[in-house]
Amino acid sequence: MSGPFVIDAKEMYYRELNQIVRDKVKEGVTHFRLLNVNGQRYIGAGITRDVKIEVYGVAGQDLGVFMNGPTIEVFGNAQDCVGNTMEGKKIVVHGLAGDVCGYGMRGGKLHILGDVGYRVGIHMKTYKDMVPVIVVGGKAGDFFGEYMAGGILILLNLWDNGSRPAVGDYVATGMHGGTIYIRGEVNPYLMGKEVGQVEITSEDELLLKGLVEDYCRDFAQHGLDPEVILRSQFTKLVPVSLRPYGKVYAY
Amino acid sequence: MLYESIFVFPTFEVERDYEKCIVCKTCVQQCTFNATYYLPHRHKVVTRDTECVGCRRCEAMCPTGAIKVRRYQGEFKENAYWSPRDLKDLYKQAEQGGVILTGGGNDREYPIYWDHILLDACQVTNPSIDPLREPMELRTYLGRKPDKLDIGYNEKGEPELRTKIPPNLVADIPVIFAPMSYGALNLNMHRAEAAAAKAMGTYWNTGEGGLHRELYPYGDHTIVQVASGRFGVHAEYLQVSAAMEIKIGQGAKPGIGGHLPGGKVDEEISKTRMIPVGTDALSPAPHHDIYSIEDLRQLIYALKEATNYEKPVSVKIAAVHNVAAIASGIARAGADIIVLDGFRGGTGASPAIVRDYVGIPIELALAAVDQRLRDEGIRNWVSLIAAGGIRNSGDVIKAVALGADAVYIGTAALLAVGCTLCHKCYTGRCAWGITTNDPFIAKRLNPEIAAERLTNLLRAWAQEMKEMLGLMGINAIESLRGNRLRLRAVGLSKEEMDILGILPAGA
Repeated sequence: MSGPFVIDAKEMYYRELNQIVRDKVKEGVTHFRLLNVNGQRYIGAGITRDVKIEVYGVAGQDLGVFMNGPTIEVFGNAQDCVGNTMEGKKIVVHGLAGDVCGYGMRGGKLHILGDVGYRVGIHMKTYKDMVPVIVVGGKAGDFFGEYMAGGILILLNLWDNGSRPAVGDYVATGMHGGTIYIRGEVNPYLMGKEVGQVEITSEDELLLKGLVEDYCRDFAQHGLDPEVILRSQFTKLVPVSLRPYGKVYAY
Repeated sequence: MLYESIFVFPTFEVERDYEKCIVCKTCVQQCTFNATYYLPHRHKVVTRDTECVGCRRCEAMCPTGAIKVRRYQGEFKENAYWSPRDLKDLYKQAEQGGVILTGGGNDREYPIYWDHILLDACQVTNPSIDPLREPMELRTYLGRKPDKLDIGYNEKGEPELRTKIPPNLVADIPVIFAPMSYGALNLNMHRAEAAAAKAMGTYWNTGEGGLHRELYPYGDHTIVQVASGRFGVHAEYLQVSAAMEIKIGQGAKPGIGGHLPGGKVDEEISKTRMIPVGTDALSPAPHHDIYSIEDLRQLIYALKEATNYEKPVSVKIAAVHNVAAIASGIARAGADIIVLDGFRGGTGASPAIVRDYVGIPIELALAAVDQRLRDEGIRNWVSLIAAGGIRNSGDVIKAVALGADAVYIGTAALLAVGCTLCHKCYTGRCAWGITTNDPFIAKRLNPEIAAERLTNLLRAWAQEMKEMLGLMGINAIESLRGNRLRLRAVGLSKEEMDILGILPAGA
């Protein structure tokens, strides 16, 4: 196929838009360009093939929900629940994203250039070689990494104007798996009681290097230099227990 | 020392007839709660009563009938206010400082409305039907039904249906195995449920712990659950299913989340739930992407989008005070099926205080929801499944007459394969091999035999249901649905009868 399959989504209902994408995926189309997207939901939902979807405009709720395979690139902002219960491959957002991104995500990558809302990375999971990764370029709201059960959550706070801390309150409350890296320091009062701060090791540095470099490649036009970013100090947060609530009960 | 603590009193005592006992040690081997011991120097088996949970496994397996498990005869001073259970729970908490856990369903004394409802029968006019010799229909379609049918004629002048019928489940008997997760149950029980559902043309429900790949071939008979922890939820899981169910609440523990202890997460469960071995599987109390009816709609349609609108979506809620308004919202959010789970519904683990005192009876909830949806003219948008304490085919028939399309059975299904309601599911040591994932104990549950017992149960209920329909002069269960005129109440207040929408006996 020569170029991408272009759909003008202007004033198109999400159901029609997604039906066209699903039908075309079945027909073998592997590259889509969706123009004038303005809040249409569920783009890429449940698609399990390795296709590329470019979204121009604002992607609606549940972008890439349950998907395993596609690479979605949003040239604009995305609404809530980006990568909800996503299983694999990648979503890149050249802008902001809303609340609850990466809920229950268990594989693939989420790269967001700007800020994100509340409860991002909630209940991410790891299983063997399936390690989901979310990298956020801006700041995050409250409950970042809540109930986190696995995976890697990185917050870079690249566009800091000093208006507020990089991350909101109750960071990683209920966390019982996975790792969070936040560039800069995190005031302990912001952290949930199930989480502890540990030293960055050389293995962490290697891991961060790979992930941040990949992130910067996706946002090449913004001139992000991984070396500069990696030179900063990172705060590493891990759960204090794999079984945080083991002692709550009487037997 | 007889008691580990002066505050631990037994609930059961095990009486052994040493005349009959041949010291085969079967009871020692069968007891999974470390209550039974062999004393080599005395060549005798004994029981430490404080550890006995009353599961009666030893009694059932004793080859000489030497064992009797009895309620503990020793008593506290008589007290009409403080029950022995209150005392023991309080002692336990004073000792350990924790939340008292329990399994199973609410066993406290509350009115059982089923037992205050009686069925009608035909006499003289509108004669009854003999189901042994005449056709009788139990087949039930679960899902949204169109508001009206648009029928036209094709070029040849033949009539044709132009309305697109939304996807429906087709159950040959309106009894479905309730959601009970792999983790709470073991794989043998899931195997049995899947096989029995297939054999009887009905469905089983995975619960929230995912579906083991071995059971994917049973997908057409499987309702898969999507709960707040999203364990084992992925595109393929949704694809193989017959229907998808969003679990909002559970009758045994409305408003709280789930918690599979890390100790229960072994290799196979880890694989199915897709979390590492040994970590707690925490299901948050709410879905964090659902804070409103609009958000619920978002998830319902996410599931429909992910499966190309080919499967019905169910939403399961606990029966709570405002259930009718909530159900109306769920119907309007686009659900095809609503499951109402009453306060008698079981659980693998719940704080006892929640199980015992939260929620409302399914009979009242069901009647209220059915009436509300009828009043609003949207009853056909959804099918209703009643769950939480269905004990026999009479309860099923009464539920249907109160407005249910089908019922879920959980506790009844476990009873069919050996459960004795000891309510120790949360320990993971079930001596009957049902709610345990200890590979050694789980072998006690033979999936083929268990499937046969479940099939027998459903077959028996089906026949009884046909008998009851027949005696009412009804030849299809759909004619009974919401047909409350065929019910009468005994011993209920006016308010209760108003909510149930039934008349007193004699009226």
